[in-house]
Formats: sequence, structure tokens, C-alpha cells
Amino acid sequence: MEPDRAEFARLALPHLDAAYNLARWLLRDPVAAEDAVQDAMLRALTYFASFRGTNPRAWLLQIVRNAAHDRLAAGARAREVPLATDAADDETEMTEPADPADDPEAALSRRQDRAALAAALAALPAELRECLVLRELEELSYRDIARVTGVPVGTVMSRLWRARRALLHPGEAPA
Amino acid sequence: MTANPCPDRVLLLQAELDGELGAAESAALQAHLEGCAGCLTLQAELRSLAAGLRAAAPRHAAPARLRALLAARAAPPPPVRRIARNPALAFGAGAALAAAVVLLAVLPGPAVEDEAVSSHIRALQPGHLTDVPSSDRHTVRPWFDGRIDYAPPVRDFAGAGFPLIGGRLDYLGGRPVAALVYGRDRHLIDLYVWPAAGEAAPAAGARNGYAVVRWRAGGMAFLAVSDLEVTDLLAFARLWAGGV
Repeated sequence: MEPDRAEFARLALPHLDAAYNLARWLLRDPVAAEDAVQDAMLRALTYFASFRGTNPRAWLLQIVRNAAHDRLAAGARAREVPLATDAADDETEMTEPADPADDPEAALSRRQDRAALAAALAALPAELRECLVLRELEELSYRDIARVTGVPVGTVMSRLWRARRALLHPGEAPA
Repeated sequence: MTANPCPDRVLLLQAELDGELGAAESAALQAHLEGCAGCLTLQAELRSLAAGLRAAAPRHAAPARLRALLAARAAPPPPVRRIARNPALAFGAGAALAAAVVLLAVLPGPAVEDEAVSSHIRALQPGHLTDVPSSDRHTVRPWFDGRIDYAPPVRDFAGAGFPLIGGRLDYLGGRPVAALVYGRDRHLIDLYVWPAAGEAAPAAGARNGYAVVRWRAGGMAFLAVSDLEVTDLLAFARLWAGGV
């Protein structure tokens, strides 16, 4: 059965930027991100006949996320370097701990180097990074983030908190 | 040293920031915040971080090339579909439509040629050409076992100037297909092979400057794409078609 390509295009193409943004932040490479989105869109078109949901964005982002993780896993095998999967292993690029005596405005202004903040986000472990990107850049609800990343809502909340704490207080050891 | 936030309220503060709190929970949190400096500090920090991230972290837009490629792939193959969408024709032409759909299934339309050319161009990017780089057909053919549900014929024409370079798994028309890669001087040929009934002699065409040759033999459909001259690609196809 030929998938309904016109319907697929109508539902999927409006979410292409979201798909690419997620892949780009997960893979941290424009070429790999483009390839992952292409893979994902082919998979999505193949499975589109069985799509019955009402949220094509979460459905597509889930496929994109899985395609990106496939590439991360393949890259890790190729390099034989395990990906950091635990916040405890992670060192963000912001090495200067926040001074607790500062008020929040001052603490932020010291870290207001935007490149440093973007770099710190990019340096988060993948499973924390994807939650924060989906929340802050794509503005997904907890429920949709849970669906895209395949974990319970409670896990999404704790991952978001760990991600945010790592960016707010990079020097602190995660609890 | 400012006060720390209440450990049992950090997720609530975060949920409030993320717009995930109901009205009653929000009101209860506001009441707590009036008397808790630590939680108030965390709330301000979280808000600053959210604003900072949105300003600092770019939301990457999909490249125009990717958008164009996917739009082209998702475009409906026009002829049969137009008949199907015209209710006046569809009713009377039920049998003809059924026949046309069967024909489409065994003889994918121009959309497959477009897909094949896109796929060929994508494969030319570094690292994408072959999943199994080998000039040995006894290596390439078994590689497809378990990856696709048919055994594509694999032949090598190194003696005739078309050496086998390898194979990869690709997608055409929404299904996985075998792609065999051949060299010709400095050019590359992608040969897509999938099961199809019937026999057809090689027929050549062109898409976006790429030569495309299709034929059928031995229960398989073949589609070759290359930047070779059409005559060279036809010669390659005839070598193949002559010996299957």
C-alpha cells in the first residue's frame, strides 16, 4: 500500500525545523543531524499508514530522537568511547562555580556569555540535553517530552531538574 | 550565604516555571514563596536560566536543501492519484483503477526515479556510499541476508570496466531495497534491485542531469543511476540484462 504522501507532507513538513533542531542538539553536528532527519522521515513515511494519533509533532520527534540515538550509539561503538550517560560523569565547560553570595541577577550576568551557556547545554549528557531542548526550545509539555524520550513523566521532571541545576551551578556535584 | 530552596519543592518550582502546575498548586506555592527566601531565589534563578537559554541557544532551522528533498519525496505520484481523487471517474473506473494500482505496485512511477536520484546524490556524500565495501560478490550478496526479504543477484563486471565496489541498504518507495555500487573510471553507479515480475529491456531516461536506466529480468526490477553518459549506463545495463 502506497503511503498517503500528500497527507504525510501536510502533517510532517511543518515540524521539520523542530525535527532538525532536536537532531542537531543531540548529534552536535549539522551533517549528522541532516542525515538523521532524513532517516527519520523515511521511517516516518513507512510507518505513516499506522499513525492514528492526534499529535504528529510528538510522533515525529520520537522517530527523530530514536534515529539520532541510533547514530550516537553507532558513533560511540566506532570510537569505542562510551557516551557519558550520567550527570555525575559530566563536566560542563563552565568551570567557575556560582558564588552563593551573589544575587541571581549578578550570578546570571557573570555567566551571560551566551556562547558559554550554549556550550554548557551542548556538553550536558544526551538524556538531559534532549529534555531541556524539547522543553526550552521546542516548548513541549512534560507528557510530550515523556513520549518523545520514552520515559515516564517523573523521569522527565528529574532530568529537567538535573539539567537545569548543572547549568545553574556547574561546580556542584549532582545529588 | 543565602538560604537553600526546600528540597521537596524544587520540582514544584520547576513545574510552575514550565506551566505544568494547576491553579490550586500554583496558589499554594505562591503562599509558600512569600515566606521562603531559598525557594524565591531558586525561582528567580530558574527564570533567568530559561530566558538565558532562549537567548543563547539557537533553535536550528532545517537547511533549505533538506526541506526541498523531503518535500519532493513526500510529493504524491500524480497520475493514478488524480484518477482516484475524481469521484465521477472513480466510480465507473473501479476496475481500471484496480488494474492501475496493481500496475503501480509492480512498476513504480517516476517518483521512484526521483527518489533513486536523490538517494544516489545522498550516497555520494562521504561515508554513505557502501555499508559493505567489497569487490567480492560472494561477500556482498550474503551481506543482504536478514536485512531484506529477498536475495538480490550480485554480479561483478570488473573485466568490462564496471568493477563492483560494494553494497548498501537503501529505501525506495517506502521499502528497503538492495543498492549495489559500481565504479566506472571516476564515476559511480548505484544499481537498485527489488523483486518484480515481468521482463523489460533496458530503457534510459534522465533526471536532474543524472542518467537513469531501468529494466526487469529474472523476477527482479533494476534501476541504475549515475552521472555517466546515458550510453555508458545503457552499456552497463545491457551487460547485466544479458546475463541474468
